[in-house]
Amino acid sequence: MLRYSLRRFLGAIPTLLILIALAFFMIRLAPGGPFDAERALLPEIEANLRAAYHLDEPLPMQFVRYLGNLARADFGPSFQYRDYTVTELIMTGFPVSLRLGGSAMVVALLFGISAGSLAALRQNTRTDYTVMSLSMTGISIPNFVMAPLLILLFAVYLGWLPAGGLGEGSWRNMVLPVISLALPQIAYVARLTRGSMIEVLRSPFIRTAKAQGLPMYKILIRHALKPALLPVVSYLGPATAAVITGSVVIEQIFGVPGLGRFFVQGALNRDYTLVMGVVVFYGVLIIVFNFLVDLAYAWLDPKVKYG
Amino acid sequence: MSLLDVSNLNVRFDTPDGEVHAVKDLSFRLERGETLGIVGESGSGKSQSVLSLMGLLADNGRADGVAQFDGHNLITLPEAQLRRMRGRRISMIFQDPMTSLNPYLTLADQMIQVVREHETVSKKAARSRCLEMLEAVSIPEADDRLDRYPHELSGGMRQRVMIAASLLLNPEILIADEPTTALDVTVQAQILELMRDLSERFETSTILITHDLAVVAGTCERVLVMQGGELKEQGEVRKIFYEPQHAYTQALLKAVPRLDEERVERLLDGGEVGGAAAGARAGNAAGADPLLAVEDLKVSFRVHTGGFWGHTRELKAVDGVDLELAPGETLGIVGESGCGKSTLARAILKLVPLAGGQVCLLGRGLSELDSAEMRKMRSDLQIIFQDPLASLNPRMTVGDIVSEPLWTHRPDLDKAAVRQRVVHVLKRVGLEGRELNRYPHEFSGGQCQRIGIARALVLEPKLIICDEPVSALDVSIQAQIVNLLMDLQAELGLSLIFIAHDLAVVRHISHRVLVMYLGTAVEIASREDLYERPSHPYTRALISSVPIPDPDKERSRARELLFGDLPSPMDPPSGCRFRTRCRHAEPRCAEEIPELRAVGPSRVACHRAEELLETV
Ligand code: SF4
Repeated sequence: MLRYSLRRFLGAIPTLLILIALAFFMIRLAPGGPFDAERALLPEIEANLRAAYHLDEPLPMQFVRYLGNLARADFGPSFQYRDYTVTELIMTGFPVSLRLGGSAMVVALLFGISAGSLAALRQNTRTDYTVMSLSMTGISIPNFVMAPLLILLFAVYLGWLPAGGLGEGSWRNMVLPVISLALPQIAYVARLTRGSMIEVLRSPFIRTAKAQGLPMYKILIRHALKPALLPVVSYLGPATAAVITGSVVIEQIFGVPGLGRFFVQGALNRDYTLVMGVVVFYGVLIIVFNFLVDLAYAWLDPKVKYG
Repeated sequence: MSLLDVSNLNVRFDTPDGEVHAVKDLSFRLERGETLGIVGESGSGKSQSVLSLMGLLADNGRADGVAQFDGHNLITLPEAQLRRMRGRRISMIFQDPMTSLNPYLTLADQMIQVVREHETVSKKAARSRCLEMLEAVSIPEADDRLDRYPHELSGGMRQRVMIAASLLLNPEILIADEPTTALDVTVQAQILELMRDLSERFETSTILITHDLAVVAGTCERVLVMQGGELKEQGEVRKIFYEPQHAYTQALLKAVPRLDEERVERLLDGGEVGGAAAGARAGNAAGADPLLAVEDLKVSFRVHTGGFWGHTRELKAVDGVDLELAPGETLGIVGESGCGKSTLARAILKLVPLAGGQVCLLGRGLSELDSAEMRKMRSDLQIIFQDPLASLNPRMTVGDIVSEPLWTHRPDLDKAAVRQRVVHVLKRVGLEGRELNRYPHEFSGGQCQRIGIARALVLEPKLIICDEPVSALDVSIQAQIVNLLMDLQAELGLSLIFIAHDLAVVRHISHRVLVMYLGTAVEIASREDLYERPSHPYTRALISSVPIPDPDKERSRARELLFGDLPSPMDPPSGCRFRTRCRHAEPRCAEEIPELRAVGPSRVACHRAEELLETV
């Protein structure tokens, strides 16, 4: 267990380094720089600025310097929001994104698992076909299409829900973004659950439980759910990554001031440090989360032992 | 009045290929306190008939008829009422204790919920009931075991737990569907004994479903014989065995090789009579150079033990085995599962890396060969596996499967020559030679095994290793395959290594037999010596665990049953590895490792072999 964690930790370092390097050089390859915004600056001022931020050094030097700062958990100052450090920006944006993404995950799991189990129990009936075709739709419509459609329907025509912004942090503002973000995940989770549930329901130990006189709903909850959810648990890692990616788009569409929005703004303004900060932060987050998922898996499946 | 009275029971399945009539007009009774056997091969409808009584048929199955139990017709009883009976008044145990218990729940979780489903008792009371039951089925340290997961128990232990769970509510009827088929003979003997005890103690009436007549002989009072969904014969157990009326019952009885009778040259298999004359077997040509010599062979695996620190440890699967095999000879290898017999076979073929020792084929050490020579050697060494269908690639035609080895090993042959050889070998194994373009799933288990044998034969090997080649087959098919292997050997002078857990089949086919226990050889002897004068206590226990298809003999025989389970191969007992289960163990056995040494004509690894031999 300890040895396993250590191995996973060491294994994550090269992954993270590659990620940082890719992001670092790619954003610098993009044309333009952080200081050619609205008004052209005087050449001397710009040169001074570049020197202050070490942008005049050769790229490899900058990279090494960046890594050095990272090692001290210092993401550096933002180029765009001059008075803030990147760390401060992440700290303001992340809670908002966490609320959005976390709710989306919870919604996805709740609805996905129930719909998938229902479809599995009623395999090859109309319920099953309905669930499956709905989820096919959910998977195939990208959320940047789904979100405007939802806004159009619920905010513009029906006027039930606000079209964007945070409001005063009211739940009503969260409904549409959460749904848009969760829909494809509900669909994936439902399909996964259905598949594994069907398989589990065919296993001999389910027959044993029936022969012992347990009613179907208890068999489902006590015997079938845990093994059927194992594939869903392994999917939690990729799902988080997908939700994070999705939130970048969704926050933009709904004007939610989360981390995704900072990321897009930062990329547009060539705010190198901000973009890098978000990338590294999310990278670490996904790696940690994947590790937790594997631990949860081992905890759920008594046969899995890490050593 | 009978406890259960079944009349005109029919079971049908809707399948894409039309309706399958699995059970046809079955009528029988089960009396109070009686043990009734239902015997039949696969497809006989024996399991489906009882599953229909429990309302447990698959979704596409339908049953009609009458099954009268305590004033109810089980077949038409509404599901809600039937469910209240299941587990409480009629309970069932299944074949495979590995998969019939939920691997994700502790035993306590699965057992307590059964009690609490049918009775309103506190969790604590339910738990103590479970404990009592685990003790009744002789599970040691039951309190600790109750909180474990099924995979932490051995197969025999798991079947005991299944039995305990099925008896929790003291049901009137216990249905056991092939309860010992997945177990080793030693464990089977324990479980059958336990079931006999319990049904007396709890006055449970039992229906025992099995393909194995010998199991029925010692356990049941009355027997039904089924074939193809129909009841062929029913009667008192002695009548079925001593005066079988139906031709099918007679054939079944003759198809199984028996340990209690003189060995017959040829098993009755109802099929064509092979070409080879009986008795014309090559046998162990004295003085011939051995074809295969294995010296001090060792194989070990690294195993993760989990835990906080995550250790790995060494598991010695085969720990120093020597053997020799002459041309034209058959060596049988027996032992409980986990004794290393299959690993030994794979090591000889170099399918797993050796941790030590030597394998010499025709006087040449396999480890000295370069890869080109090894490839050539491989064509002399072939293997056939237990599960015939799974070992054939489902996407390849029979022609491709059988000719594949030729393409790699015989590039000199052209297409026509390959085809000719394939057809020839298919005919040789009793197929028609016209199956080239068909796929494995179109064939029955026995035919698939023939295809597997054809693939092994096509390179004209000198040695074929048969790893449990007949364990997955019905008895009549089993007899055909055994006869085929013996014919082929007589005709082609093949050497065979025949690995099986069925001691009677091994006696039938082998010239010499090697008995393995926890990775070591405990006895090697000729067939006659081993079965008539077994010297090692383990061999004796094995042989006396094999049930005999003869009710009188089976019930009156003195047994040397083994107690307990195989110890973990991870830390085998000191000294003699068998000592934890040996009834003859003495202090010396814990200290000195017994060498494999000559005792009379046999070679035995036991300190007390000589004394014990006198007590046979
Ligand atoms: S050496 Fe001792 S323990 Fe081992 S088999 Fe012989 S008598 Fe039994």
